[in-house]
Amino acid sequence: MTKHPEPVSGTLLSISDVERVFGGERKLFGGQTPAVHAVQSVSLDVRKGETLGVVGESGCGKSTLARLIVGLDRPTGGTIHFDGTDLSELAKADRRALARKVQYVFQDPVASLNPRKTIRTILEAPLKHLTELKSQGREQRLEELLEAVNLAPEFLERYPHEFSGGQAQRIGIARALAAGPELIVLDEPVSALDVSVQAQVLNLLDDLKDRFGLTYVFISHDLSVVESVSDRVAVMYFGRLAELGPARDVFAKPLHPYTDLLMRSAPAPGRHELLAEDASAELPDPYNPPLGCAFAARCAYKTDKCLAGKPSPSEATGGQADHFAACYHPLASA
Amino acid sequence: MTDATMTAPVKAKKKPAGRPSTLALLFNNTLATVGLVILALICLTALAAPLLPLPDPDVTAPANRLMPVFSDGHLLGTDHLGRDLLSRLIWGTRVSLAVGLSATVIAAFFGSLLGLVAGYAGGRVDTLIMRGIDMVMAFPYILLALAIVAVLGPGLLNALYAIALVNIPFFARNIRGITLGLSRREFVDAARLAGKSPPQILFIEILPNVLPVIVITMSTTVGWMVLETAGLSFLGLGAQPPQADLGSMLGEGRKILFTAPHVSIIPGLMIFALVMSINLLGDGIRDILDPRLRAGSLTRPVARTKVIRDPKDIPPPSLEPGVLDVRDMRTEFQIGGSVYKAVGGVDLHLKKGECIGIIGESGSGKSVTAMSVMGLVPTPPGRIVGGAAYLNGEDLFGASDKRVRDLRGGSVAYVFQDPLSTLHPLFTVGDQLIEAIQAHQPLSGSEAKEKAIELLSLVRIPNAPERLSAYPHELSGGMRQRVCIAMALANDANVLIADEPTTALDVTVQSQILTLMNGLRRERDAAILFITHDFGVVSALCDRVAVMYAGRIVETGVTAEVLANPQHPYTAKLIDCVPVLGQPERRTDAIEGRPPVVNNLPDGCAFADRCPRVQTACRVGLIELEMANETRGVSCLFPMNKELRDDQAS
Repeated sequence: MTKHPEPVSGTLLSISDVERVFGGERKLFGGQTPAVHAVQSVSLDVRKGETLGVVGESGCGKSTLARLIVGLDRPTGGTIHFDGTDLSELAKADRRALARKVQYVFQDPVASLNPRKTIRTILEAPLKHLTELKSQGREQRLEELLEAVNLAPEFLERYPHEFSGGQAQRIGIARALAAGPELIVLDEPVSALDVSVQAQVLNLLDDLKDRFGLTYVFISHDLSVVESVSDRVAVMYFGRLAELGPARDVFAKPLHPYTDLLMRSAPAPGRHELLAEDASAELPDPYNPPLGCAFAARCAYKTDKCLAGKPSPSEATGGQADHFAACYHPLASA
Repeated sequence: MTDATMTAPVKAKKKPAGRPSTLALLFNNTLATVGLVILALICLTALAAPLLPLPDPDVTAPANRLMPVFSDGHLLGTDHLGRDLLSRLIWGTRVSLAVGLSATVIAAFFGSLLGLVAGYAGGRVDTLIMRGIDMVMAFPYILLALAIVAVLGPGLLNALYAIALVNIPFFARNIRGITLGLSRREFVDAARLAGKSPPQILFIEILPNVLPVIVITMSTTVGWMVLETAGLSFLGLGAQPPQADLGSMLGEGRKILFTAPHVSIIPGLMIFALVMSINLLGDGIRDILDPRLRAGSLTRPVARTKVIRDPKDIPPPSLEPGVLDVRDMRTEFQIGGSVYKAVGGVDLHLKKGECIGIIGESGSGKSVTAMSVMGLVPTPPGRIVGGAAYLNGEDLFGASDKRVRDLRGGSVAYVFQDPLSTLHPLFTVGDQLIEAIQAHQPLSGSEAKEKAIELLSLVRIPNAPERLSAYPHELSGGMRQRVCIAMALANDANVLIADEPTTALDVTVQSQILTLMNGLRRERDAAILFITHDFGVVSALCDRVAVMYAGRIVETGVTAEVLANPQHPYTAKLIDCVPVLGQPERRTDAIEGRPPVVNNLPDGCAFADRCPRVQTACRVGLIELEMANETRGVSCLFPMNKELRDDQAS
């Protein structure tokens, strides 16, 4: 599993050993600018028709991973294959071919809409550039899209500032749907919304997935949201995969102590006890990453082995065959 | 799913009474209006020059040379060659304006183009273009213009080129900065994903957003350009004789300044009037188009929220003792012609060591409630229009400004959502803590420093003495929030008002901060007013909870009771749509529609339009918060779980 995992039948997106380093360029007068590994040796597969949840705290590399998948950024190492074709080759050769297959929904719904364009112009852009539709076909498709995301046709002539966050996010989703993609990467699609609206948008996403046979990569810092939408979950910490497995298994029997910490930290209505973790427990310095497991400093189970070297992503396995964790001392077996 | 989003809300009328139009805003600015009127007069006169009954400006009449002002047939007199000054002035203004404007347009076009390309392309292209611009800027502008004219030869057109070229860097640098910021925005990424090519993104997506800045820059440079044209002509490098131009007229008059001062004073005054009016108007245009200034940064809010309340109608404090006692507080915002009732009569009662959570969706008025207590709502547009807030029996709304200043950060302290914007980026954490201590306590520097270290240790920051010299950006989000809490505790506050203090933090850090706050309130016996949108956070920390909707409390009670048996349909719905870890199937229920806008609240219950249990009675009159017992209350005519409530009461 350290190398590229065996391709599973029905794999839509296959990420193998991907790495993205920021900085590290040569300076004008010798030396190098400091480098940060935003994403490091991440390997995972996304299967057709599933929702893969990616959870982690800020700075864990989940948004960088999302940008790599949609081709807004290129990996500095490793490969991403979409349906057999190399994604970064495709992004270089034909951006639009990639955009037809993979789309993106942004975190901040209002910021992702150009304030000086009407909704019609915004939604027509992907239809114009990514499809062969003529103006009549586009008009019809616009209507379908608005209907799909539950918005009134009158909205087409309005400007983004006239919309609430929830409505703006529906427009963002409609834009992603416009060219009929197979995979949609949702980067924190509901975290800027109120809970009541969040539920509306999550229900809408569920509904659209069934209707159009979509595959989702759902990125969020909110465990309960990820749990409620995902088939499988990847937990990221400090640019690496900490745990990967079926959502139910990961949340019911977490292997990695970090996953367990995340779950116990998440406040829930009706839960009263508070978790007391030492304040010194912080992310390691990205410019000076630790030699061993990045979580070791915060981990109650750490041993010398953890400090000496990094565990491979499949160091520990769970009850299910496809449940892995990068941990020398997984919880379930302890 | 949501029928309310299917039916578009009533389209707002074009230009409602609310926000004044751009033109009205311009006329509101007296100086800009004066500038506009003067400029319009000058322009009209200059444009009408061929139609006016003026003598030929270039015809010399040596017999009539140097006639004074108000001479017969020559209103402004004549110059040293006997040419009519009024005619020359008007024709000259025409030339100066035309050159100034064309130079501006040329400079704006090329400068903006370079700026757009440099800002969007970045990397090497950016370096190349900007270093070129830097080189142009390295020469003194007048010297450069002189050099260009020297190479091309004197003449009005060459002067125009020179001035335009010299001003290109000004536009390029301005526009590059804006473009750089815009091209990192999400909508540009979105356009890229929609299949647009880089030129399409640059000119279709980014340019419209840059355009206001270009217009602002142009309006503030035209005057400068007119001045530079005049300068070059004055030196004899612009307009060539006999053509009239304000600068050359001034240059010719200079030689006879003492014998016939009017020959140089008249064009001088014209240049002054022209440039002044352009600048006044330009400033006015900038104020209107600049979104930051338009948002009201120009109207500086006063130090404390204005309180306008009927002195006969001040509610007395409640009978039970409490640290903070808010009674029927009402806060409004006057924006344009409409009044937004952000807080419409809120009662809160905090006992010592108690933590009350205020929960609600965005726009429900929870933050305004918190800010109103210490008069932190900006005036204008906010104002407190009724009610009272008693701190240990003292009416805060009636207290003097000095008293309120003493209490802020003293007895009542705030912790805000974003610690990075709350802390000053240029001072160390220690400086800011010591300042907070010394503002309220007469301690020497070293004593205050010791206290600061003590406070940092109190909020469990490791290596407290070392961290004193850290700047906010050197700390993580959780550490910064700890510093903010330490500052709030610096002067033994009785009441801590925390406005979403953990919303910007990661879950593991959030749980650390909540644990810390919970421990501190037990140690220090401080009351906490905790504002949040998260029921999970409320149940972790708060003894009691108040649910806000459209500026009013709709339900209140002991946290566990409210969560287990919500009585207001809104509370029930709100709890239902929160996903809970370990219950992936739970999320099914969403609240249809949207909260009402508080400038136009419906009669009766504000939730009626979204309520599944609504009846006709709900839409009439004011529905009060009815208290069933000391802690539990609901403002609903047909509450849920009524039977349960009766059971509890009995």
